[in-house]
Amino acid sequence: MTTLITLIVAAVTFGTVLMYGTLGEILTEKSGNLNLGVEGIMYMGGAFGLAGAFYYEKAAGGAASGPVAIVIAILAAFAAGMAASAIYSFITITLRANQNVTGLALSIFGTGIGQFVGEFMRVSEKGYVALSNDLKDAFSAAIFPDFLINIPVIGRIFFSHTVFFYLAVLLAVLMYLFLRKTRYGLYLSAVGESPATSDAAGINVAKYKYLATTIGGGISAIGGMVYIMTTAGCVWNHEGLSGVGWLAVALVIFCIWRPLNAIWGSVLFGAMMIMYLRVSIPFIPTEIYKILPYIVTVIVLILTSMKNSRDKQPPASLGNNYFREER
Amino acid sequence: MMSTEARTPMVRLAKRSDMSPRMIWCIRFGSILIALLLGCIPILLTGSNPIAAYEVIVAGSLSRPIYIRQTIRIAIPLLGCALAIAPCFKMRFWNIGAEGQITMGAVFASYFALFWVDRIPHVPLLIVMGIASAIAGGIWALIPAFFKAKWNTNETLFTLMMNYIAIGIVAWLQGGPWEGRKGSQLIPMFNDAARLPEVFRVNCGWIIVLVLAVLMHIYMNKTKQGYEIAVIGDSVNTARYAGMNVGWIMMRTMFISGAISGLVGFIIVSGANYTLYKGVANGVGFTSITVAWLSQLNSFAMIAISMVLAILEKGANTLQTRMQIPASIADIITGILLFCMLSSEFFINYRLIFRRKEEKGKEADA
Repeated sequence: MTTLITLIVAAVTFGTVLMYGTLGEILTEKSGNLNLGVEGIMYMGGAFGLAGAFYYEKAAGGAASGPVAIVIAILAAFAAGMAASAIYSFITITLRANQNVTGLALSIFGTGIGQFVGEFMRVSEKGYVALSNDLKDAFSAAIFPDFLINIPVIGRIFFSHTVFFYLAVLLAVLMYLFLRKTRYGLYLSAVGESPATSDAAGINVAKYKYLATTIGGGISAIGGMVYIMTTAGCVWNHEGLSGVGWLAVALVIFCIWRPLNAIWGSVLFGAMMIMYLRVSIPFIPTEIYKILPYIVTVIVLILTSMKNSRDKQPPASLGNNYFREER
Repeated sequence: MMSTEARTPMVRLAKRSDMSPRMIWCIRFGSILIALLLGCIPILLTGSNPIAAYEVIVAGSLSRPIYIRQTIRIAIPLLGCALAIAPCFKMRFWNIGAEGQITMGAVFASYFALFWVDRIPHVPLLIVMGIASAIAGGIWALIPAFFKAKWNTNETLFTLMMNYIAIGIVAWLQGGPWEGRKGSQLIPMFNDAARLPEVFRVNCGWIIVLVLAVLMHIYMNKTKQGYEIAVIGDSVNTARYAGMNVGWIMMRTMFISGAISGLVGFIIVSGANYTLYKGVANGVGFTSITVAWLSQLNSFAMIAISMVLAILEKGANTLQTRMQIPASIADIITGILLFCMLSSEFFINYRLIFRRKEEKGKEADA
C-alpha cells in the first residue's frame, strides 16, 4: 500500500511537468498549429525559469522569499515560451512556412538556447548554479497543512503535492471552460477545424492562431521550469529534460485534445515513466516500461482513426497553414 | 467606390513564380548572411568576438585534412537521411520518423555484426548488414504508411511515436540481451570484419550517400514512380482520378524512404560508432528533415546544406575548447539559419502588393 501511494505521488510529480507541456500544446493545436517545438520550448522554460529564480535570489540576498521566487520563475519561463512560439507563429502564420519543419527548427533552436543558458550560468558563476535550501524547499513544498496530508491514504494522494500541480489542474479546468463554454473558445476551435469557414464568418484567423500558439507555448514552457525546480532539484539538468517535450506531444493525442483528460492522462504517463524505479514486474525489462506511453499513444491514434468518430479527431486543419488567397 | 477602397488592406499578397533564378539565389544567400549576423548576438553575450568565433568555426572544421574528414563524417548521415525524406515530403507525407528508422536499421545491422561475424566473411557480411538494415528501416516506416493508407491515421504523429519506440528497444537491448560485460549497459564493439572499409580515410559511407544522391535525383525526376509521387504531392484527388492507387504508392514510397534511413543507420554503426547505443541516431533524423526541406528536395542542394550544418557542428566543438563558448551555440546558429531560410521562401513565393502600387497597376491596365 505504501509503495502504491509513493508511486502515485511520484507519478503526480512527473505528471505535473507533462501536464503543463500538454495543456500548452492542446491550446496551440486547437488553433490548427502543430507546434513540434515543444521540446525546445520546455528546455527554454527550464533554463530561463531557473535563471529567473537564481538571479532574483542573488539580487535579494537573504531577504529572498519563496513565493516571489516561484512567481518570478513562472513568469520567466512563460515569457521564454511565448518568445519561442512567437518566432514559430511569425514564420508559419505570417510567412507561411511549413509547420513541421519550422517546429523541428524551433526544437533545435530551443534546446540549443536552453543548454546555452544553463552552461553559460554555470561558467559565469564559476561552477555550481543552485538555489539556497530555503528556496528549494519553497518550490517543492506541499501547500496544504499537515493535518490534511496526514489523513490516511487519501491525504498523501490528494494533498501532498506542490503548488504547481494544483495550478495545472486549475488551468486544465479553466481551459476546458474556455474551449467549451465561451464564445472565444468556440471561435478558436472553429479556426482549428476550418479556417476558411471561420474567415468567412468574420473571425480574425491570424489573431486566434497567434494568441493560442504564443500563450500555449508559454504554458508548455512552465512545464520545463517545473521539472528543473522540482524533480531536478533546482539544478540545470538537460539529460533529464530531454524527451519530455515529445512525450507531451504524445500525451496531447492520448488526451484526444481535451484539457480535462490531461489531468489523469499526465499522471498515468508520469506513472509509466517512473514505474521502473519503483515496481519491478518479473519478465518485463524496465526499459520496456518507458516505451509504454508511446505504444499506448499509437494505439489511441489508430483506434480513433479507425472509429472515425467525429468528436475524437485531431483538429481538421492541424498542420496546414491557411492562405486566404489559395482557398 | 470609396467603401471598397477603404476595405483594401495595406498590403496584399499574391503568388508569384516569375522571379529570376539570380534574384532567388540573392534572397537565399541574403537570408544566410542575416542568420550569421543574428548568430553574433549569443556570441557577443558570452563576451567573445563574433568574427574571431566564426573564424574558429571555419578553421576548426576545414583547415586541416583531419578536420575535413571529421566534418564529412558528420555530413554523411545528414545527407543520406535527407535523401530518404525527400520523396515522402514531395508526396506531402510528413514522415518525421527517420530517427526511428535509422535506429531500427542500426539494430538489424548490429545483429549480424554481433552474432554472425564468425560465420560470414567480411564483404558478404557487410552486404548482409546493409540489406538487413534497409529492410528493417523500410518495415518500420511501412507501419505508419499502412495505417495512413487504410484509415488515414495521422502520419506526423504516428511516425513521431515510432521514433521513441525504436529508441526504447535499443535501450532494452543495451541493458539486457545484448549487453557486453554485465552491468556495463554497453553493447560490445564490432569486430573489424563488421566495420566499413575506409576510402581516403573516411568510411566508404560517403560514396554510398553520393551514389544515392544521384540515384534519388534520377528516381524523382526521370521515372514513372517519381512522377506519381509528384502528382500525389500536388493533389491526391488528381492522382485518384488518374487511376493511381494512392495507398499503394504511399506504402511503396515510405518503404523506400525507411530503407534508405535504415541504410544510414548501418553506415553510422558500421562506419563511425562501431557499436550500437540508444543515441545512435543522435537527432540526425530531425535535422535532416530541415536539410531536405531547405534544399527544396533537390538532391544536389542537400549535399551543400548538409555540409554547412556539419561545418557548424564540428566548428562549434572547436569553439568550446578554444574560446569557452558552449558547443550548444551550434544548435542556436543552426536554428537561426533554419528560421531565416524558411522565412526567405516567403519572399520568393509571394509578391507584396501595397495599396498604392495596385492603383498604379490599374491605371496602367486602363
